[in-house]
Amino acid sequence: MTTSTGTAATTQIYRVYIKATPQAIWDAITKPEWTARYGYTGLADYDLRPGGVYQVRATEEFKAASAAQGYGSPDLMVDGEVLEADPPRKLVTTFRMLLDPTIAAEPFTRITHEIKETGGGVCSLTLTHELDGAPLLANLVSGSLQSEGAGGGHAWILSDLKTLLETGKSFAE
Amino acid sequence: MDDDLVFKALADPTRRFLLDQLFERDGRTLTELESELEMTRFGVMKHLRILEDAGLVITRKAGRQKLHFLNPVPIRLIHDRWINKFAERQVSALADLKRELENDR
Repeated sequence: MTTSTGTAATTQIYRVYIKATPQAIWDAITKPEWTARYGYTGLADYDLRPGGVYQVRATEEFKAASAAQGYGSPDLMVDGEVLEADPPRKLVTTFRMLLDPTIAAEPFTRITHEIKETGGGVCSLTLTHELDGAPLLANLVSGSLQSEGAGGGHAWILSDLKTLLETGKSFAE
Repeated sequence: MDDDLVFKALADPTRRFLLDQLFERDGRTLTELESELEMTRFGVMKHLRILEDAGLVITRKAGRQKLHFLNPVPIRLIHDRWINKFAERQVSALADLKRELENDR
């Protein structure tokens, strides 16, 4: 009770409905050949067991594009730890974004992905990001910095993921 | 999720106000949201229900409380589907103009 309001204000929830199987959505979240094709286009690497490593590496294209815009990209974009993996339904990880040193200095946050079949070949994908103590990351993932070239955050990523799974092509392709 | 439900949900000033409230601070109870409006509890509940049906609000239980969260994804989908297609160039030109004018001041 005492923590619920404090936590609520720092939690962000995103939900998208996708015409795809739970397994296809799970693969699109966890496999690098998929994650390289939408959103921030990183190469995800999950060791899918509690305590397993979670990392996202930058592709060569991403590094070249960052360099062209005048700021370099580190090899690792994201690091964290797998807390719970129940394929193809639930994935809980810690999450720290490493592209910006100030944001990387904030504490680890926590992301939960939940996939549910809603009938008619459609699934809901719900992403809950608990961002306690990480106001800068919260601002970034909310999409507030898109006009500064920092991408549209989770809503943009999920919209792109839906487009990729339903049409076979992401926004950029 | 049906685009019609999203457009209908957005076509009301009270519901847009509720979304603005959640954008400012997410995860609010009905009581908190109600205190910002001159409206009965049932009226606010009805509006929240329409927002929930459109996928714009997601509720989550926390202890005995029901918390309301803004889900911006349906608006993003409309943006990506419609704004990108028809208006991105014009919108960014206007945004550039606004920036230039404001910088000049």
